[in-house]
Amino acid sequence: MDIVVAMKQVPDLQQLRIRNREPVMADVPLTFGKIDKNALEAAVLLKEEHGGEVVVVAAGSEELEDTIKEAMAAGGDRSIMLADDKAGDLDSAESAEILAQLIKQVDDCGLIIFGEGSGDNYSGQVGSRVAEKLDLPQVGSVTQIIIDGEKLRLTRSLEDSVEIVEVMMPAVVIVTADLNEPRIPSVSQVLKAGRKPKEIISLDELEQPAAEKTLTTLSNLAPEVNRKRITIKSVEELVEILKTEGFVGGN
Amino acid sequence: MANVLVFSDKTRLAAELITAAETIGDAVWAVTVNDEMQARELASYGVKVLKIDVPELCLADTAAVAAAIYQAAEHAAADTVLLAANRAGKEIAGRLVQMMGAGCLADVKAVNTDKGEIIGVRNALGGATVAEQVIKTAKKVLVISPKAFSPAPQGPGGSMEDFSVNVKTPRVKVVETREKKVESVDIEAAEVLVVVGQGLDGMETLAQAEDVAQKLNGEVACSKPLATDKKWLSEARVVGISGKICQPELAVIMGISGQVQFSVGIRDAKTIITVNNDENAPICEMSDYILTADMNQVLAELSKGL
Repeated sequence: MDIVVAMKQVPDLQQLRIRNREPVMADVPLTFGKIDKNALEAAVLLKEEHGGEVVVVAAGSEELEDTIKEAMAAGGDRSIMLADDKAGDLDSAESAEILAQLIKQVDDCGLIIFGEGSGDNYSGQVGSRVAEKLDLPQVGSVTQIIIDGEKLRLTRSLEDSVEIVEVMMPAVVIVTADLNEPRIPSVSQVLKAGRKPKEIISLDELEQPAAEKTLTTLSNLAPEVNRKRITIKSVEELVEILKTEGFVGGN
Repeated sequence: MANVLVFSDKTRLAAELITAAETIGDAVWAVTVNDEMQARELASYGVKVLKIDVPELCLADTAAVAAAIYQAAEHAAADTVLLAANRAGKEIAGRLVQMMGAGCLADVKAVNTDKGEIIGVRNALGGATVAEQVIKTAKKVLVISPKAFSPAPQGPGGSMEDFSVNVKTPRVKVVETREKKVESVDIEAAEVLVVVGQGLDGMETLAQAEDVAQKLNGEVACSKPLATDKKWLSEARVVGISGKICQPELAVIMGISGQVQFSVGIRDAKTIITVNNDENAPICEMSDYILTADMNQVLAELSKGL
């Protein structure tokens, strides 16, 4: 049984700069979202215990062929990807359609793991959308995955309660960042990553065209920051400020 | 304008969704799942409630819940459905959107209407930017952030009708449910927050932070790692994209570099004081007062000095 992990190539937001309130996307390197790395780690740990292969599926610009090596170094066994420069900025509907088609190419797929939100948009839509498209059951907000024969036993952490749920495989599992700490690949793993099997298709090769975009963005600007930025030198000065601003009684 | 349907299994969030729905639709409908009390409560806000009573319909089976909401939306002739952006709501959204053939905006923190178009305001690029977006499709799902709207007041004209749905055999089985020990602290409501981060050196200093917060009539809050990795504070106190979005009068931010995932949760504070040993930390850019010092020493002195 293979385990599929769906990952999204996103700009490395730690390196994003803002100029005149506009995000400057040029030269920002692409990577995978943090929670996607947790999803991959979860898959690799399950594989180490139960066997099978970890298949990484992803859709994005042609740079994805390079980005995917990160996932191969961190324990993925092979990849199926749509890498196309016309697919550099997919919305949730488009991503879901493409990923569902890529996942269908995995014959013996027991579970499909998604992170609960991508690093950039964090809408958390794609896992559920893919589950619906493939008519599979899903469980989200998962903090622990146990494979028990044909069944999954999952810990689902909601805001005010924790549920232990069971679901038959195949199923879609959407995980949170709390379930593990992703491994740091060794140098030799990084070097071998490029040689792992990969299947690459372009948009034209999809069986069905990707869905139309459903959103229009009117504006996307950094909020205005208008702060005094006054340097203070000592705790005494800090206490004075707290007094003048009225947060402590003048005594 | 058309009919709008709202759903959240949390009554307080459903009440907020009704307020949001009233700004965009003619008639507001709500649907409830196996919750008679919620149905009555929502009806008292003046909306038409579709009350589903099907014991086999389990809230943990997202596919089944989405299918039920879909049927309710059809019945109510609602082109727009509002869900709450809590964990369960966001999970339902993807599934429902796909069933409806709808477009979707998630984590919407404000809604504007312009010539019949619904404009959703939401954080983008991990919170670095704020985007205004419009759903182009006729059918729409908006997933509204908790506390973005106040709960609907009581109002006349509400009604309640039993609504039966077709439910497939459940595929997800809940074998155990435990209540989380949720700390009752509400950092979103606090006027003053002392926000501590990874610069904090231990529990002893944390006690001083609590003392300082108390003297300022505020609460202690923290960045995510202090709750999820170190577990020194509860998740209820986390500020940021994966915690609470706060707008206190004063935030004293200590030992936090200010990555955008954090700062999105505090950037609307009226006054920000930062204590950090790195004068070039991004947090300094968004602060009114900056003290470059070790936060642990500062807390010790402040605890005595206030």
